[in-house]
Formats: sequence, structure tokens, C-alpha cells
Amino acid sequence: MNKRQGTVIVKYVFLIIICLFSVFPFYFMVVGATNKSVDIIKGRLFFGTFLFENIKTLATNVRLGNAFWNSLRNALANTVAALLVCSLAGYGFQIYRDKGKDTLMGLLLLSMMVPFAAIMVPLFRMFSQAKLLDTTMGFILPTISTAFLIFFFRQSSESFPIETVQAARVDGLGEFGIFFRIYVPIMAPTFAAAAIVTFMNAWNNYLWPLIIMQSQDSQTMPLLITGLTAGYTTDYGILMLSVTITTLPTLILFFTQQKRFVEGVLGSVK
Amino acid sequence: MAKSNLSRKINLYGWLFVIPAALFIFILNFYPMISAFLLSLQSGRGNNLKFAGLKNYARLFEDEMFLTSVGNVITYLVIQVPIMLLFALVLATMLNDSKLKGRGIFRTMIFLPCATSLVSSAMIFKSLFSIDGIINTALVGIGLLVEPISWLTHPVWAKFVIILTITWRWTGYNTVFYLAGLQNINRNVYEAARIDGASASRQFFSITIPLLKPVILLTTIMSTNGTLQLFDEVRTLTNGGPGIATLSISQYIYNLSFMYNPQFGYAAAVSYAILVMVAVLSFVQIKMGGKR
Repeated sequence: MNKRQGTVIVKYVFLIIICLFSVFPFYFMVVGATNKSVDIIKGRLFFGTFLFENIKTLATNVRLGNAFWNSLRNALANTVAALLVCSLAGYGFQIYRDKGKDTLMGLLLLSMMVPFAAIMVPLFRMFSQAKLLDTTMGFILPTISTAFLIFFFRQSSESFPIETVQAARVDGLGEFGIFFRIYVPIMAPTFAAAAIVTFMNAWNNYLWPLIIMQSQDSQTMPLLITGLTAGYTTDYGILMLSVTITTLPTLILFFTQQKRFVEGVLGSVK
Repeated sequence: MAKSNLSRKINLYGWLFVIPAALFIFILNFYPMISAFLLSLQSGRGNNLKFAGLKNYARLFEDEMFLTSVGNVITYLVIQVPIMLLFALVLATMLNDSKLKGRGIFRTMIFLPCATSLVSSAMIFKSLFSIDGIINTALVGIGLLVEPISWLTHPVWAKFVIILTITWRWTGYNTVFYLAGLQNINRNVYEAARIDGASASRQFFSITIPLLKPVILLTTIMSTNGTLQLFDEVRTLTNGGPGIATLSISQYIYNLSFMYNPQFGYAAAVSYAILVMVAVLSFVQIKMGGKR
């Protein structure tokens, strides 16, 4: 019995240590946003009173509002477009399933194996010829249709009763009518989970905007953050403030929608 | 007759649903892949490209920067992926225990790092490990270090910080997968093992790992691919330095294409090297995972 209690204690201690390791960087980030850079360097780990000062400095040094709006606009546009295109396809692959479509799906899944680094050079050349640099369209195009999301919608559609589709046809509803008026409302939780992952990926995307967003006007939040350490001295208060601002939307999504978040991460794994 | 007309019409609609998504992938994924291959057969700078056959591929084997970047990425891969996946497995096993108090809070805290971007997490660790950062202050303060370490400009310590950052960011992510896998295992299996007197570690190795094999395979492939394509963290933390001691392959491609005088042809050849590595490693892992 004593030995058993011992293992239970070891287990809790282990979990607590891991959780401290997991949470500490967040704590450091938020606390840092409220402190002066010199105090952060000295190792101050308590909330300070420098938050508004940091906000003021950040807002005068960089175009915070511009970058935040760019990130938000790009991520929202990406989410709406990806959900539309991929849910249509996932539904189509499942509800109108036949040999031809299964083959096509298999082919599309191969694209998951293609590293982005392998296609970024030709993509950049295509996009610069098409005058899509520095545009939201340029940002979202490569991630509108992903095999991951199509597959996610296809697998989720397995639970959607085909009888409903047949009944709706008898009632005279068109094929797209069935999709938009019946499938979308019923599958709302699937759409929510898909929206969360897509939004987060787009919001956090770094490499692609680094390549195509070349003007200051089209800068996104991750680009703004990395720009802050380019000088000789780094103001840690301002840096942590900008990291906090960048993380806030995804953190809110995570805390309010944890169940959907987990579903989205898992995708079609069951 | 009418019915088959109807089903043909319906089938046609089915294609309308899937074709837009398929077109996007063909134009923005498969086509660039083919054009990357054609590009890799040309050499030159800027847009001044000439056909060069397989010269770029031959150059790969003599290019010290490329070989170093491959070595770096393999170092990250071999050290980081097993440690992270083992941690994730152990954590998922603990979180799956219904007798654990505060399960929800533990789970939330462990998943939390998935909610940050790679750039943000790298920036936080960069601040923690800067020469005047809190890690140095703490270690010097408790007497473990005589003087601060310049973590990010030291070839070995810089790799350590990169590995630590990736592990912090992705362990919870993999725990999500294992926890979902564990929840599909029938509780009776563990109950029976306990009655037969199997210890916790015996249960872990004889039940958990074999039954989770498909999920372990999936996470191994995902982590391997992710590490081979490593970019955000390295660029943010060290920018590949000191020198090229932490350079990743993706960053090398980026530097070749977008820094200085672009060498698109050679960059495309390097990118095909990643593609081949991803394909080969995934194939090997699937083969090995399937056998056992």
C-alpha cells in the first residue's frame, strides 16, 4: 500500500513539473509585456506597471494596427475559402462515392507528402508573374484546398445519413441545395473544428508571407515580431507585448473551444 | 432508363463538388512540383537560367552548406522526435487514468503550447535564453554557472535550445493524438491485465504500445516530415547560426532563393532532396511499422 502511494505521488510530481514547464513560457510572456526591458533582464517575474508604456512605444515604433488587420483579414479569408472548397469536396467524395472519385482522392492525398519548401520557389515565381505578391489572394491561394481538410470533411461525412439526401431529392431540393440547406447546418460542429485549425494555421503562417509579403503595408503579425529583434538591442517588454498580442486570438480560441480544437487537430484520425 | 439518366446526372453533380478542390491542388501543388523539377535542371543566377542537366544534383554532394544542413536536421530529428513522442505517450497514459484528480486542468496545461505560433514560441525561448536572459540569471544566481552562457551563439547549445523549443511546442500536440487513441482502447483490457497482476509498466509496454501502434506510426511520420521541413524556429532563434551550425534545409532553400543573388535552379534541386528524404523516410517507417 505504501509503495502504491509512493508511485501516485511520483506521478503527480511528474505531471506538475511538466505542467510548470508547459505554462512557464506563457507566464513569462504575459508578465514580460507589463514590465520594463531592464527589469525583465534582471529577472523580474511579477506583473509590472509598464504595460501602457509598452503599448505606446510599440504603437509608435511599428504599424501594429496595420499588421494585426492584415493577419486577421488574411486568416479569415483563408478560413472561409478553405471551408467552402474543402467541405464541398469532402461531401462530394463521400456522398457521390465511386471508383473514379476514390482514385482522385488517393491522388490528392499524395499532396500531403509534398514539403512546402519543395514548391515555394515555383509558387513564388508564379505568384510574382501573376502580380499576386502583397495581396490577400496571394496569401490564401496555396492553402485554400488542402488534402488534410478534404479528408477531414470526407471522414466526417460518413456519419451523415445518405437517406437524408435521398429524401431531400424526392422533396425536390437540388444537389447544392441539399448541401447548403441540410448538410451545412447538421455538420456545424465539424465546420467549427475545421475553422479553428484553418484559422490558426493561417494566423500563424510564417514562411509563405515572409516570401510574398514584401512591402510594409502587407506585413503580418509573425513578420512584425521577427522584425523587432533585427536591431542591436532588443526591448524585451515590447517584444513580449507583441508576442502576447499575436498569441491572444489563438489562445482565446483554445480556451473557449478546446473540444473543437482537439477535434480539429485530430482531423480524420479516429 | 429514366433512373439511370437521373443517376448519371447526380454523378455529374458529384464531380462538380470535388473538381474545384482538386484543381486548386493540381495547380498549386502538383504543377509547382513538376516545375520545381524542371527548374532543378537549370542553373544560373536570377532569372538568367540555362539548361544544365543533372549538374545541380551533382553539386549537392560537394556543397558543404547543404551537407551541414542535412546533418543538422538529422541531429534534430534523431534526438528530438523520440524524446518528444515518449513524453507524449507517458503523459497521455497518465491523463487517461480516470482516477487522476484535476485531469481537465492537467490536460489543458499540457495542450496549451499548441495554441502558440512557432514564431511566438521561438521568440519566447529566444528571450529566455538570451545572454542577459532569465535562464542565465537564474543559473548564475544559484551557482550552477560561473558566468552566463551565450546559448544561441554556441554551436551545441544553440541546437539544444532549438530542440527544447520544438519539444515544448509539439509534445502536447502529440499527446492529443495518443489520448484519443487510448480512449478507443477498451477499459476491460486493462482491467483484465490488472487482475492478472500486470504492473503499470508491463501494461504500458504490453498493451498500450502495441494497441497504439497505428497512432504512433502516424505521429512519427508527421514529426519526421515536420522536422525535415523545419524553418520558423531556426530562422527566429538563430537564423541558422552561429555560422551555419544550426541551418536547416528549408532555410538553406530560402537563403538560396530569396537572399543575395537568387539561384532558383539549385534551390529547386535542394528542395527535391527534401522531397526524396520525406518520401524515403515515410516509406521506411510504414514498412517497419507494418511488420512489427
